Amino acid sequence: MTHISVTVDGLHRHGDVEPRLLLVHWLREDLGLVGTPVGCDTSNCGACTVLVDGRSVKSCSVLAVQVDGKTVTTIQGLAEEDGEWHPVQKAFKECHGLQCGFCTPGMVMASVDLLSENPDPTEEEIRNGLEGNLCRCTGYHNIVKAVATAAAEMKGASS
Amino acid sequence: MIPAEFDYVKAGSVDEAVAALVAGGEDSKVLGGGQSLLPVLRLRLNSPSVLVDVSGIDELRQVTDEGSSILVGAGVTTHEVMHHALVTAHVPLLSQAAGLVADPAIRHLGTFGGSCTHADPSGDMPSVAAALDAEFVVAGPGGRRTVAASDFFVDFFTTAVGLDEVLVAVRLPKMDGWGSHYEKFHRTAQAWAIVGVAAAVKVEGGAITGAKVALTNMGPTPVRATSVEAALVGGPATVEAIAGASGSAADGTSPTTDTHADAEFRQHLARVLTARAVTKAAGL
Amino acid sequence: MTETVMRTDGAAIGRADRRKEDARLLTGRTNWTDNIQLPGTLYMSCLRSSMAHAKILSIDATAALELDGVVHVFTGKDFPELAGSTCVWPVTDDIKMSTFPAICLDEVKYAGDVVAIVLANDKYVAVDALDLIDVDYEHLDAVVDMEEALKPGSPLVHSEMGTNECYVARMPCGDYEAAKAKADLVVRRRFINQRLIPNTMEPRAVVAAPMGMSDEITIWSATQIPHVLRVLLALLTGIPENNIRVVAPDVGGGFGAKLQINREEVLALVLAKKIGKPIKWTETRSEHMVATHHGRDQIQDIELAVTQDGQILGMKVDLLADMGAYLQIITPGTPLLGMFMYSGIYKMEALDFTCTGVYTTKTPTDAYRGAGRPEATYAIERIVDEAAAELGIEPLEFRKRNWIKHEEFPYTQIAGLTYDTGNYEAATARALELFGYDELRAEQTARRASGDTVQLGIGISTFTEMCGLAPSRTLGALKYVAGGWEHCTIRALPTGKIELVTGTSPHGQGHETAWSQIASDIIGVPVEDIEVVHGDTGRAPYGMDTYGSRSLAVGGQAIKMAGERLVEKARLIAAHQLEASPDDIEFSAGTYSVKGDPEKSTTIQAVAFEAFTAHNLPDGMEPTLSGESTVDPMDFSYPHGTHLAAMEVDTETGMVKLRKYVAVDDCGIQINPMIVEGQVHGGLAQGIAQAMFEGALYDNDGNLLTGSMGDYLLPSAADLPSFITDRTVTPSTTHPLGTKGIGEAGAIASTPAIINGVVDAIRHLGVTDVFMPASPQNVWRAIQTAKNGGAA
Repeated sequence: MTHISVTVDGLHRHGDVEPRLLLVHWLREDLGLVGTPVGCDTSNCGACTVLVDGRSVKSCSVLAVQVDGKTVTTIQGLAEEDGEWHPVQKAFKECHGLQCGFCTPGMVMASVDLLSENPDPTEEEIRNGLEGNLCRCTGYHNIVKAVATAAAEMKGASS
Repeated sequence: MIPAEFDYVKAGSVDEAVAALVAGGEDSKVLGGGQSLLPVLRLRLNSPSVLVDVSGIDELRQVTDEGSSILVGAGVTTHEVMHHALVTAHVPLLSQAAGLVADPAIRHLGTFGGSCTHADPSGDMPSVAAALDAEFVVAGPGGRRTVAASDFFVDFFTTAVGLDEVLVAVRLPKMDGWGSHYEKFHRTAQAWAIVGVAAAVKVEGGAITGAKVALTNMGPTPVRATSVEAALVGGPATVEAIAGASGSAADGTSPTTDTHADAEFRQHLARVLTARAVTKAAGL
Repeated sequence: MTETVMRTDGAAIGRADRRKEDARLLTGRTNWTDNIQLPGTLYMSCLRSSMAHAKILSIDATAALELDGVVHVFTGKDFPELAGSTCVWPVTDDIKMSTFPAICLDEVKYAGDVVAIVLANDKYVAVDALDLIDVDYEHLDAVVDMEEALKPGSPLVHSEMGTNECYVARMPCGDYEAAKAKADLVVRRRFINQRLIPNTMEPRAVVAAPMGMSDEITIWSATQIPHVLRVLLALLTGIPENNIRVVAPDVGGGFGAKLQINREEVLALVLAKKIGKPIKWTETRSEHMVATHHGRDQIQDIELAVTQDGQILGMKVDLLADMGAYLQIITPGTPLLGMFMYSGIYKMEALDFTCTGVYTTKTPTDAYRGAGRPEATYAIERIVDEAAAELGIEPLEFRKRNWIKHEEFPYTQIAGLTYDTGNYEAATARALELFGYDELRAEQTARRASGDTVQLGIGISTFTEMCGLAPSRTLGALKYVAGGWEHCTIRALPTGKIELVTGTSPHGQGHETAWSQIASDIIGVPVEDIEVVHGDTGRAPYGMDTYGSRSLAVGGQAIKMAGERLVEKARLIAAHQLEASPDDIEFSAGTYSVKGDPEKSTTIQAVAFEAFTAHNLPDGMEPTLSGESTVDPMDFSYPHGTHLAAMEVDTETGMVKLRKYVAVDDCGIQINPMIVEGQVHGGLAQGIAQAMFEGALYDNDGNLLTGSMGDYLLPSAADLPSFITDRTVTPSTTHPLGTKGIGEAGAIASTPAIINGVVDAIRHLGVTDVFMPASPQNVWRAIQTAKNGGAA
């Protein structure tokens, strides 16, 4: 067992873990943060995407021990403390960017990362930026629209 | 799927990492960003007994200007390679190709060194390193040694890095004055290359005076298209001349047949894509 | 004759309400089956055969049982009589029905078949234990190719049957030979409608636990069909149906893949009962690839008999349909769901349909988005393009000469279906307008003339489909063993809130929002005050669930009826309270008022409270306020549309790019156009993915070669364009709300549009077909074959 200490969704969390424990299982099973789902074994689908130190990673392909000392943000910690949604969350609802919702946590976190690096993306940049997140319901049309809408919203808010 | 059990060592230095690998024996394995390794472990295609985590070693995270070359630490992430000023300025082929590796989340953790040592025949980074005659700095119990790219890639998923060795850094010559392009051919954005072509050319006075071309997924290791290079150098920088020179791109290659393409089609692609990559590298 | 109209009445119906479901899905407050963690849970893992066909000689689980944390290992010997799935659709009298064992006893029949299961108190240990079970197999020859399987001497999947032929279904309509005799040209093609793996983003999962009072066992499953599943679980396990509660919590996509009864569900239930502890199983993606049923997989030999001036006389359809190793819930019926649709939107004298179901040693096939109709639509829309090309008639013009004109509805087509309404002219006109058809044709001509490396093609698909499964008598006539009704109960609670209990079971379709909109209009209560209860046989006891674009088409009728009954009961109470005759009570927007005296009024919420207290009800009136309805639909409904695709083909590499896609659909009245559009987008992506990216491949030994998302390619956002969509509105006359279905239309229409476009781009090179998916290699090979003089 290895002891890890991680800031997860703003809270200090720590515990002893088997080295082989996947980050997503630590979040889901040990911390009860079941908002982040698992969709594949090969890091293709991106449903499990979370932010580690602000950058998107696929939590099914990271060991819990690898995030020792780091900061993890999941879909459950994305909204403001007062419950106000992140602009990406709002835009996904407004633009109907989700159907079954299983890819949604990962898709939202990947979009947050994308916009942090490129606040004013073109449609092509949005599409390429989400290449690691698969959705089977939406055909991506409204996801792309949502990210563009969130970008405009965030730009308006910051100017 | 879930990895089998293993022991975990977090190394603070290259020496510590080497010591841990020696102690761990032949079933030990280096963990960099884990983006190639974790899927392998999860599918239980490999079950090492010890993982030596080198992600905390500061030396591996540096990109250094060495004058005529840059030294990229093995632990520099693919994402950092895409954006690092020294790489984009002096080895744009590497930063451009890095942007085509996997997807953003994987690039955030996956490392340049890890891509090279994983040595997947369909990986993009090895052929870029091969095209540019990169040098690999490897540390082991006996100290450090430098391995040329031509000796580094040995076979499918096999490099010259020994079981008790760690890749420390990759030295890449500055390609100032060269044009370059990585042409990746794949069916979906996140898929591996069916065929890839890393090309760098130097054009002076309308003639090609230097050419470096390496192919991805045309054999167990990256393949230098030496006959193409020879045919290009000294010839005019024209679309027709490049197309002619690229006709030999598949000579001597031994690509596999898989669900995406058979060997014959890969050889056809190698010729077409080499012409396209060189043409773009030449700015035509 | 039907009219194309926009509906303007009604407050909530037709409004693009943002979805109620989204709040929990966007904040991670979801309730996926895998999220359920109960104390004392035993984790189940499945040891799956790595061989496609083999005898099980022995199984040694000693080492696994010694592993710390392992509680049980079970093999087929522990449950020799237990079936793991069943088929409810014996399509012919002499069909050869297989038995699908919960755990294989002495033989495995596909790679992925289950030979043992482990129960452990830790999910990691449950997986570790699989590596410690030693199975001794004796190799048997695999049966992979359907045509080989039918040859004498082929290895047999089920040796006791003496053949791999599962059934032959025939449906001769009209006299095809007579039609053919009159024809100037008979166009023949063999289309391969390849095998697909559904790949819902949420893999399957199940938790079974003795949870309730009495002897009840609750089973949570990532299923589309909680109600049907409950019946089948009871039949297979012998556990009384009234002891089983099935809950489909948040379900992450279905597409037919979760329209199934699976061995993991059966085993979890039986073991929870036997051991008395919660049993949990979650599928990995690798398991999904081999163990969740696959879709499509047909060889289609198609003939179209036409006259020189482009009139279709008749069509012959000869299918081989791959069943896989066993029949599951509707495996043999799936290809026959398309049986009536091969004539598409066209008039013809004859349709001669034959389908042969074939057993192979591969994963069973079953419903996948569209289920039979995509295959039918692919065949007809591809063959009309080929016929038009051979006759030298513009493909759209060819279609116009043959399609049913809008003034001809209702129209009984050759297979006997009566299309109630449709307006193919209107949808096509709108699609052409959005597409820029003439400009693209001009560009195509220019590219051909200049010999451009990248050629342009235009793909057309003018399709219809049938949805709203189904009038129960029709299903009975087709030998399907259940009905096609749907149920709704609407309860007005004492506090004025509404509980709408539906028998549909959504998994992404937005029923909570759309059903609230329908009910809101009918009972005059704000959508925010309506809670939709679904997917739980404990809370929503009656239902036939969600598949085949039936939820609105059938379930929507039940909502309307239930709402109207509630309103009528409340009218009697309101009349009593207002001291007026019920005939003099008007109802509007939730308020009952006396005609001519609007001051005298009450609200439906107030009536609900009166019905609860029951202090002052009309004599003989039962307390409480609710409306209930179980509706058996009178007929199918027939959405249609025109889809156009602009395809670029790199003739050097075979790379295909979808440049522009226009979809104009007609699904009648739209309850929520935002949701309709989302359904179209998703369907398009899946249909396009069949045409361009996906395909399950096996080697000759029956090993699945596309066993991960690295090999089985699903498109990402980077691989698709934005879509241009619009709707024409021709209300259905078989549905009281005028609606049709829309869940599958995109997937049904788009596949032939893409391939027609690819072929159109390279037809001048001699290409007359491209195998799906239109991968670079398949396209390049088609061009090379044509260049070398062979037909591709």
